[in-house]
Amino acid sequence: MSGILILEQSLNGLQFGLMLFLLAAGLTLVFGIMDMINLAHGSIYMVGAFLAASLVQATGSFTLGVALAIPATAIIGMLLEVSILRRLYTRDHLSQVLATFALILISNEVVRMIWGSDMALATPAALSGPVELLPGLFYPAYRLLVIGVGLAVAGLLYLIVAKTRIGMRVRAGASNREMATAMGVDIKRLFTLVFGFGAALCAVAGAMLGPIFAVQVGMGDNILILAFVVIVIGGIGSIRGALIGSILVGLVDTFGRAFLPALLRELLPPQFASALGTALASILIYVLMAAVLFWKPQGLFPARG
Amino acid sequence: MQRVMLVLLLLAALGLPLLMQRLDLVYYTSFASRVMIYALAAGSLNLMLGYGGMISFGHAAFVGVGTYTAGILIIEGLPAALIGWPLAMLIGGLLALAIGAMSLRTRGVYFIMITLAFAQMIYYLTISMKAYGGDEGLSLPGRSTLPWLDLKDDATFYYVVLAILCLSQLLLTRLVGSRFGRVIEAIRENETRMEAIGYPTRRFKLVCFVIAGAFGGLAGALLANHGNYVNPSILHWTQSGNLMIMVILGGVGFRYGGLIGALVLLGLEEFIANHKLAWIAELYPKYQEHALLGVGIILLVIVLYAPQGIAGLFSRRKNG
Repeated sequence: MSGILILEQSLNGLQFGLMLFLLAAGLTLVFGIMDMINLAHGSIYMVGAFLAASLVQATGSFTLGVALAIPATAIIGMLLEVSILRRLYTRDHLSQVLATFALILISNEVVRMIWGSDMALATPAALSGPVELLPGLFYPAYRLLVIGVGLAVAGLLYLIVAKTRIGMRVRAGASNREMATAMGVDIKRLFTLVFGFGAALCAVAGAMLGPIFAVQVGMGDNILILAFVVIVIGGIGSIRGALIGSILVGLVDTFGRAFLPALLRELLPPQFASALGTALASILIYVLMAAVLFWKPQGLFPARG
Repeated sequence: MQRVMLVLLLLAALGLPLLMQRLDLVYYTSFASRVMIYALAAGSLNLMLGYGGMISFGHAAFVGVGTYTAGILIIEGLPAALIGWPLAMLIGGLLALAIGAMSLRTRGVYFIMITLAFAQMIYYLTISMKAYGGDEGLSLPGRSTLPWLDLKDDATFYYVVLAILCLSQLLLTRLVGSRFGRVIEAIRENETRMEAIGYPTRRFKLVCFVIAGAFGGLAGALLANHGNYVNPSILHWTQSGNLMIMVILGGVGFRYGGLIGALVLLGLEEFIANHKLAWIAELYPKYQEHALLGVGIILLVIVLYAPQGIAGLFSRRKNG
């Protein structure tokens, strides 16, 4: 029984971690190459989810709707980069934080104007039931799909970054921008591309998580902070760090919430245990981040040597 | 010139509750109190961010801790302001000491992120305090009490907040002008050099961080009294963002930056929400529900085109 529970929670953690990775991958590249703090990343995630929900509604097909939402979000992301974010690369971090915070306010309200405060995005009917993975272990089919998509996208990302010419340029840009420019990489165009790609990943995460969480205004605000925690743990600019960081954060968060209250109940009187347990579980990942920064101030896998 | 302006402003502030009573607009007395409390909070952030150059993305934690300190004392039957408010400052300062001691080891982006992470911890800890409302927050049975004064009266509360703001502003001005203030500004400009000269830079920054945290706590205590409730939303990271907006709008590192920023931001929100402008309503009838859109656009324009803020615009005109 308890073994099955652990297995189930591991799958939950893996699923959450992989979706965090989709957000963190775009964020870490933007951060790593352009040294730019982009708080609006969470807003792109929200826009992606809303686009997916409305396109699924319009087309009547989950797959088609999501497939259309991804390039649409990428285009929005690139437009944003060309029109506003590009001006911020040379500015200090404070200006970047504020300008992109302004973008959060703006996009929250614009989304509310267009779609209202929330939208329904249901799991596709074929995947709404559970699947028996092991005897006694029933797991929702849709969550398995999310894990599958997450793994596939992570694999694709690895191939692009590690094996293609574009990926090589991205890595060069992340580890030393000036040198990459000097060697003839058109950083400006590369970056618009990276930004669009990051936005597409946001849309995948938003569409996949939409049926699990809610598609609502402000949905990006909290997950954005988690994505930042991930890239700070993993090391800014490193895709590998983002992957390991997000799975770590996904597992720690899920396990903390599932097991910490029960664990404390063994050790402490029950009236303290449940309150303390939930409190500790919700701050566990921030403790993890503070600890990583304390011992490895550059994160686990620093992109810059 | 600046002194004359200041005296006029102070006179106007002293007369405001009387005038509003005469005009039957007492709501604005309470609104002005709120502006002044946020001016105190933004002013304390300005000390850290503008003078000290420490981009803390977690100032809401100090304000929030102050709010809960004052609120919990009122709920537990200890409403004396002379105990509660200094205690809120003390706890805000102690929290800043703990957070600062760890965060100031890092620099740049990592500092922004680690202060944010600590503020998030405080946010989630507050939410889990089920005894004090959890994520719903709590209404307070009444305001803090002061000897001889009745804080339940909005005008009296207004004058108390005004006095505290003036005192704090005076203290802040003295602090910034002192040797300590000069060292802090020099560290902002070139930390390595100051370290080489022999200043214990991290200790100076930590003291600055703690003072800012203490005043944040004080602002929080006043805020709990103003609205008569405590709510964890005051600790959400977007609140830290809002305080930063105020500082930037007003002018980073300008003496009255926090005050100007709080006045402009809250005034703008108030104006959009309560005064319908016909020409915008023609374009989009329900625009008043989207006040934050206007705030966002204005903030974006200011960051892109007037990075010195509103105070910066004026001071440049004076010099040129």
